[in-house]
Amino acid sequence: MTLAATAGHPGFLSPTGVEIAFLLVGLATLGAALITVTTKQLVHAALWLVVALGGIAVEYLLLTAEFIAWVQVLIYVGSIVVLLLFGLMLTRAPIGRSPDADSGNRWIALGVAVASAAALVWVVVDAFRTTWIDLDGPAQGSTKASGEFLFRHWVLPFEALSVLLLAALVGAIVLSRKGDEDGKGDEDDRARKGREDRKARPGTQGTHAGQGTQGTHADQGTHADQGTQGGQARPAANREDQS
Amino acid sequence: MHLAYPAVLAVLLFCTGLYGVLARRNAILVLMSVELMLNAVNLNLVAFDVWLRDALHAGQALTLFTIAIAAAEIGIGLAIVLAVYRNRGSSDVDRLRDTAETDAAETLPDADADADADADAARGTTADQATAPAGKAKKAEATA
Repeated sequence: MTLAATAGHPGFLSPTGVEIAFLLVGLATLGAALITVTTKQLVHAALWLVVALGGIAVEYLLLTAEFIAWVQVLIYVGSIVVLLLFGLMLTRAPIGRSPDADSGNRWIALGVAVASAAALVWVVVDAFRTTWIDLDGPAQGSTKASGEFLFRHWVLPFEALSVLLLAALVGAIVLSRKGDEDGKGDEDDRARKGREDRKARPGTQGTHAGQGTQGTHADQGTHADQGTQGGQARPAANREDQS
Repeated sequence: MHLAYPAVLAVLLFCTGLYGVLARRNAILVLMSVELMLNAVNLNLVAFDVWLRDALHAGQALTLFTIAIAAAEIGIGLAIVLAVYRNRGSSDVDRLRDTAETDAAETLPDADADADADADAARGTTADQATAPAGKAKKAEATA
């Protein structure tokens, strides 16, 4: 039906205004996504993720899915990126450039990504070469239409989803409060010990702090050291508590 | 609009996320790449929903559900990453080799390898751990 209606549509060589806008926003989105996965600065990766997710919201608007576009802006740009930034902050991610943001298998990863991209683009373009979306008529994703289909046909999945969100909320709280069970003083004590450790051992940072700005690299070096120490010291302390 | 535009954009975003998941070392950056992959899937769902003009709007409903599940996933994922960071002092996924269940994780190189092997792959094998025979006991402690 749709195919018959759009059979007389012009091809690639005469794009419509919506197509040009989609292409430009898509290029910006893709560029932001590429910077997100390649930048060496962790906080910048989160901020470029905002650009990529916002670009996808604009694509939803161009596809006449208005409600989903605003949900995207509210949830992804508004809360998920903030949550990621909090996570970066709480794990004491280095602010400046970190040379070890990529692991050793990045070339294998690049090969896998390029190969799958080539295969999928080939398949998708070959499959949908003669298919056009008819964007005329009333918007299919307006808030009125979304409310109608969501609360008329999808009520039960919607409620199940709210239960799942509640379970995830409780699970996240339980997971992040787990350390408090064996005494809060123990936790603080260990954190203080870690800080003193970092202050007391500036010499161990030399191997990491060779390149670039000194401060952030030195900080990172202590992270690694403190990490392995904490990992070894902690279980012993836990056992003492239990006995 | 030609359907190939959103489909190809979704494919490229997905593969960008795939690269990020495989190549990143910090667990939070891996979570960001997972978000990119989920967004690529959402874009596909919306595009095909608009193309098919589904009366139930299954694509858009599923997109909303995916967004909610992604929010739940990022909450749980960050809680796990924070717990790992508190327990081990690092959120680098390839330094957590001692959490593996294989025998190879127990035969670790000793501490001297850490000083010179800074950037290469030997770094990921948690070379800071003291001695190889102690690896098993340490693993038992860590999981206790």
